Amino acid sequence: MTPTQQPQSRALSRRSFLVSAGSLGIVVAFASLPDLAYGATPATTAEGDFRPNAWVTIAADGTVSIIAPAVEMGQGITTALPLLIAEELDADWDRVRVVQAPSDAETYGNPGFYGIQLTGGSESTRGYHALLRLTGAQTRMVLMAAAAGMLNVPVRELTTEPNRVLHPTSGRALDYGEIAANGVLPNPLPQTTEADLKPSDRWRYIGSRTIPRIDVPSKVNGTAVFGIDVQLPGMLYGAVLRAPVQDERPEAIDGAEARGVPGVTHIVPLPYGVGIIGETVEATRRAKDLLNVTWSTTSRVRNYTSQRLLDEYRAVGRDLEKQGVPAHITGDAEAAIAGAKTVIEVDYMSDHVAHATMEPMNATALVTGDRVEIWAPTQGPTGTQGFAAEVAGTTPDKVKVNTTLLGGGFGRKAEADFIIDAVSLAKAVEGRPVKVIWSREDDVRHDKFRPLEAQHVKVGLDTEGNIVGWRHRIVADSIFARTLPPVFAEAGGHDDVVTEGAKFNYAIPSHQIEYLRQDNGLAIGFWFAVGVGYTRFAIECVVDEIAAARGIDPVALRLELLEDQPRARRVIETVARMAEWDRMRDGRGLGIAYSDAFGSHCAQVAEISLNRDTDEIRVHKVWCAIDPGVAIQPLHIEAMMITGITNGTGHALFEQINVVDGEVQESNFDTYRVIRMSEAPEIEVAVVPTPGSPFGGIGQAGLPPTGPAIANAFARLTGGIRLRHYPFLPERVKAALES
Amino acid sequence: MTTFTINGRVVDMAAEPDTPLLWVIREHLKLTGTKFGCGIAQCGACTVHVDGEPTRSCQTFLEDVAGREVTTIEGLSPDANHPLQRAWIAEQVPQCGYCQSGQIMQAAALLAATPNPTRDQIIDHMDGNICRCGTYVRIISAIQRAAQEG
Repeated sequence: MTPTQQPQSRALSRRSFLVSAGSLGIVVAFASLPDLAYGATPATTAEGDFRPNAWVTIAADGTVSIIAPAVEMGQGITTALPLLIAEELDADWDRVRVVQAPSDAETYGNPGFYGIQLTGGSESTRGYHALLRLTGAQTRMVLMAAAAGMLNVPVRELTTEPNRVLHPTSGRALDYGEIAANGVLPNPLPQTTEADLKPSDRWRYIGSRTIPRIDVPSKVNGTAVFGIDVQLPGMLYGAVLRAPVQDERPEAIDGAEARGVPGVTHIVPLPYGVGIIGETVEATRRAKDLLNVTWSTTSRVRNYTSQRLLDEYRAVGRDLEKQGVPAHITGDAEAAIAGAKTVIEVDYMSDHVAHATMEPMNATALVTGDRVEIWAPTQGPTGTQGFAAEVAGTTPDKVKVNTTLLGGGFGRKAEADFIIDAVSLAKAVEGRPVKVIWSREDDVRHDKFRPLEAQHVKVGLDTEGNIVGWRHRIVADSIFARTLPPVFAEAGGHDDVVTEGAKFNYAIPSHQIEYLRQDNGLAIGFWFAVGVGYTRFAIECVVDEIAAARGIDPVALRLELLEDQPRARRVIETVARMAEWDRMRDGRGLGIAYSDAFGSHCAQVAEISLNRDTDEIRVHKVWCAIDPGVAIQPLHIEAMMITGITNGTGHALFEQINVVDGEVQESNFDTYRVIRMSEAPEIEVAVVPTPGSPFGGIGQAGLPPTGPAIANAFARLTGGIRLRHYPFLPERVKAALES
Repeated sequence: MTTFTINGRVVDMAAEPDTPLLWVIREHLKLTGTKFGCGIAQCGACTVHVDGEPTRSCQTFLEDVAGREVTTIEGLSPDANHPLQRAWIAEQVPQCGYCQSGQIMQAAALLAATPNPTRDQIIDHMDGNICRCGTYVRIISAIQRAAQEG
């Protein structure tokens, strides 16, 4: 295609249907591509075709190929989103083939997420569902109109069942494949609006507990292809030695020994390290260890020592003279607190945590002239195009991204450092693909950690115990200042993702949230539930502190604060019932927490015990009730809650990164402790959707309540001792018990 | 040359004798179902069987397997119908799925030796395999299912 044929609009009214030259397929596409013929599904379109521009392709045999616009990192999205199209299209799910979207933000960008291809923020279902359902519905109407012509009957006499158009009066039926092969495209095209979507009581697939995830079979027999599994003809391997401290650069490189390793072909100086290219992966790994590099010593990150900075952050939070950027203001919280009878003023903190996705960072790139092709486990195909183009000295439209499965993402794979590695090395050996694989040590040391942060919460209660004012100060560096500078600037220096979750749905007359950025140079990044992971820790623990101050039950207090929120009340009541909240357990404590983040309501109860000899907390069981609005795949929502709760437990108890003078102290699973099977709680999940409500996000919704539920259980077990610093390491538990 | 058997096939490998078996399997033989996770035998993603024993291939070297039999996830069963593979699908265990080859290989060795393991035996045997998606409770269920359904 030529540049002038680029899609002009995402508006549904501009969607057009194209019949391929051989009439072999109906392709649903956006906008004007009149000459483009599709004889095949997008996955197999002619080489060099960057823009298939299609969501649905129906083959003559009735196979329905549907594009998955978001990437699969375990959250089940490559099943859930195509299922929405299939539902409205009335496709036979057993005959659906899912095709991963190519890099093409114009066509496949998330309408609810800056229009780009970036999977994250639990935004995929929320952003895409309307577009996909309308696409499915319109495709169905086109098939019906074409079938009306073929059967010579009025379209209003037709109906559909999976993959067939029926004419009940005559008993005749046409398979979608037959229509695709022989039908004539209706003119004018039927248009669809939300009114044409199926009512929820006619859903066949949405809400089904029996539809398995499409990616699961390949993940039990070794055939699933993650980024690290990519194999290409003539492929070379790459390894990168990175500066021990961020923003340092190599000043002198002694590569003599490294060059002597058999199979090593190139040593490539990079602005931030030194690359090795070789014929085998083991040669590059060996050579990397033999490099002798003198590094610059000018980075200000050398001043970064996380535990010292955290003390500073806490002091900033407490110093109410220091003004923050307002993130949210209702009423006059400070005045209300000044007039309160009781004031609760506390600090909550968390250390850096690493992603440690099971698949370490890796990417494969091929540079040929001004063209770049990338195979990578990336959350952000659009960003990948941009960064790769910059490194290769070309334009983003010349960069083709093949998104593989991701062996974990958690926000880490929205970064571009591993992409930049691959393109930088591939540029040195034009015409040959290079696969760069990070060591686990580099993956941990050079991660973009969740922010180190301190929060200061000040709450005032009146004589009745009612909360009259809530002030929440969040002290941390910014993620958006580094990753999305225009968004950060436009928000006036507020970082929406760092303070994410601080705004809540509890009925409180005056509420003030402030952000106090601390710029200390270390790159920080997105994590599982990012800000919500710690803001809800503080909030949910403070709610329990208030309940204790008032001498009332924490469940009762939450229900009181959520009096006009039936969905919230229902998950809290459900989880309390599941856990038998009122039943005392010998030597065990129960704690509750709730979150409305990501558009889903999630309440959890944790049952814990404390080993008084080792000061170790054991989380025995977590009950969870989740209302995601519409539950597209309840079984997989349950799975995501399991993921959130298990990791929520691990990060609350163990996960901790320490940076000393700019150097990360942890490096692998022997020093960076993540939760193992013997430490994982038993989990019981109830999915309680509310039909007719908006689609909520699920990917991250399960994590935020777990940590505060554990801390609240600890307080109830120990007669009110609070744990206010993630993670709850034994020495911190001991200190709290002794304080 | 190092000669060994992998999934029933005899291979001669020219790689250096001290090359980690993991890279021989993944990048020389292109059997990519076995995963690189840590390189120091701390996560279990690289688990294969050597003469039937669950083994961390990242800390096993090519010379160690000379004349021995290596089985990877691709060779666990002829058509991916090992009871554990069926149970893994029935319980919808994988999330990202990256660790699951190693989990299944580790579990297969357990069931071979202990056909009806207790919950504690399962946890004890599987504790060296990390799942960052936290699918542990479903892994336990799947192993119990496989033990029952055989």
